[in-house]
Amino acid sequence: MTPASEYVIEITYIVAAVLFILALKWLSSPVTARRGVWAGEVGMVLAVAGTLLYHGIVDYKWLAIGLVLGAIIGVPLGNVGMTAVPQRTALSHAFGALCVTLVGTAEFYLRAPNVPPFMMSVLSLEVILGGLTVTGSLMAAGKLQEILPQRPITYKGQNFVNLAMLAIAVAIAVRLVLHPEAMVLYPFMVGIALVFGVMMIVPIGGADMPTVISLLNSYAGLSAAAMGFVLNSKLLIVAGSLDGASGFILSVNMSKAMNRSFTNVLFGAFGQVQTSGTAPAEARPVHSATPEEAAAILSAANKVVIVPGYGMAVAQAQHKVRELYDLLTKKGVDVKFGIHPVAGRMPGHMNVLLAEADIPYDKLMDMDEANPDFPQTDVALVIGANDVTNPAARSDAGSPIYGMPILDVDKARTVMVIKRSMNPGFAGIDNPLYYLDNTLMLFGDAKAFVGSIVRELSGGGGHG
Amino acid sequence: MVKADLINSLYVFILAAFIGFEVIRRVSPLLHTPLMSLTNALDAIAVVGAIILAGEHKSTLATVLGTVAIVAATSNAVGGFIITDRMLKMFKSSRTQKP
Repeated sequence: MTPASEYVIEITYIVAAVLFILALKWLSSPVTARRGVWAGEVGMVLAVAGTLLYHGIVDYKWLAIGLVLGAIIGVPLGNVGMTAVPQRTALSHAFGALCVTLVGTAEFYLRAPNVPPFMMSVLSLEVILGGLTVTGSLMAAGKLQEILPQRPITYKGQNFVNLAMLAIAVAIAVRLVLHPEAMVLYPFMVGIALVFGVMMIVPIGGADMPTVISLLNSYAGLSAAAMGFVLNSKLLIVAGSLDGASGFILSVNMSKAMNRSFTNVLFGAFGQVQTSGTAPAEARPVHSATPEEAAAILSAANKVVIVPGYGMAVAQAQHKVRELYDLLTKKGVDVKFGIHPVAGRMPGHMNVLLAEADIPYDKLMDMDEANPDFPQTDVALVIGANDVTNPAARSDAGSPIYGMPILDVDKARTVMVIKRSMNPGFAGIDNPLYYLDNTLMLFGDAKAFVGSIVRELSGGGGHG
Repeated sequence: MVKADLINSLYVFILAAFIGFEVIRRVSPLLHTPLMSLTNALDAIAVVGAIILAGEHKSTLATVLGTVAIVAATSNAVGGFIITDRMLKMFKSSRTQKP
């Protein structure tokens, strides 16, 4: 009874699933990574082409319109600047979840009121996860794009309100599983999920974004996998669980790097503003230095580790940093970069910005590689990073970030910190690093200050 | 959904999740941003569900929602692959790089 085309379609799906797995496998090394993208593209084109053969399709007009319109929107989204990658990623989580939620909704109304209990359970999971990911990701994108206030907004009983909302959505889902004919409840379930997504992101501040984006990534993948159960599509289950697994691993990494428990992350209970523990900064003495002095110290060094943070991204300083890297390397200084997992606004954010500035990737060290290097480092140059270098996380049990793994820049012979002013960072935590005897504060805009150092080095030092 | 389908689907889900964990654990933190954009693009395979939904034309609602879903997923696939490739193109080793 099955038309031959059915087999063709299934075969394209199997090949696509294999190619998707290979795509991620090849992504493990920068050498093979681009082949991975290629594999993903071929898999996608195959699967879409196979699907278009499906005998049940009666009308191609809307398909063509949808595919063309999607491609037209997709091209500019693929060509945004590298600094806009975090918000673009959040937006794409929203789009992916939107697709899943819409398909789930259409499936519900096609089948209702005859939806078997298991089908209704996964369908509910699909649209609840999908719905909250749509609005949650839009909120995250809005905050990252600075359309929405980045400041976390908290109020009393926030977690209770959020959990209650989620509980109501789940209760409706249970009701629908038992009585799918209660179709009128369906819009409420989706509606609550959509509102929950907004409420979930309201208390999130900028520094929590790497965790949140990873978590939303995981939700988007899981909702797609649930959609695969509903449609009985193995390919979708594979792609969804790969995406879900990836988001999950990244969320765990990020929460470890911020020393938050995973339950803390799962319940979205991050972002509590930690106002306690900040002793009002009575002006403690700091040592500061001029660009000339900084340039002199850097050119006298044998080994320099640059520690970038979100401040570098905001100031767009990565290209100036590249010039500094070039000059110092030419002088025979060994320059490397130490990158904390949560530096920036999404996992791997700093690596992409530095790669964009043409810094070779073998000079980029993650935290585990960088930390053993600091005791042999002459100069650690911190550019726009704060909490991830705060030694209080190691030593001060009273500090709100106590226990968070940090980059041990304070172990370097000299630490130089480029910073606009002495204002504390995102979490409002004072950083004892700044008051150490081996720390020099370089006050100014990251891009301008690195630019001045570069001018000093290229002017004064000649071309040795 | 028949029971056998459900069991099959669960097998696929669990095995794929295992493969996902094992493969993705090996991706270096260096490439975590491209990892996220690539998995996102792959996730856009949901477009196949949307294509069937819109193409079968079982109800106006299904066609409308399906078409919007195609737009959303396709833009993700196209945009996701483009940006992932752009990012990966930038990652150069100091050995292959001109001085």
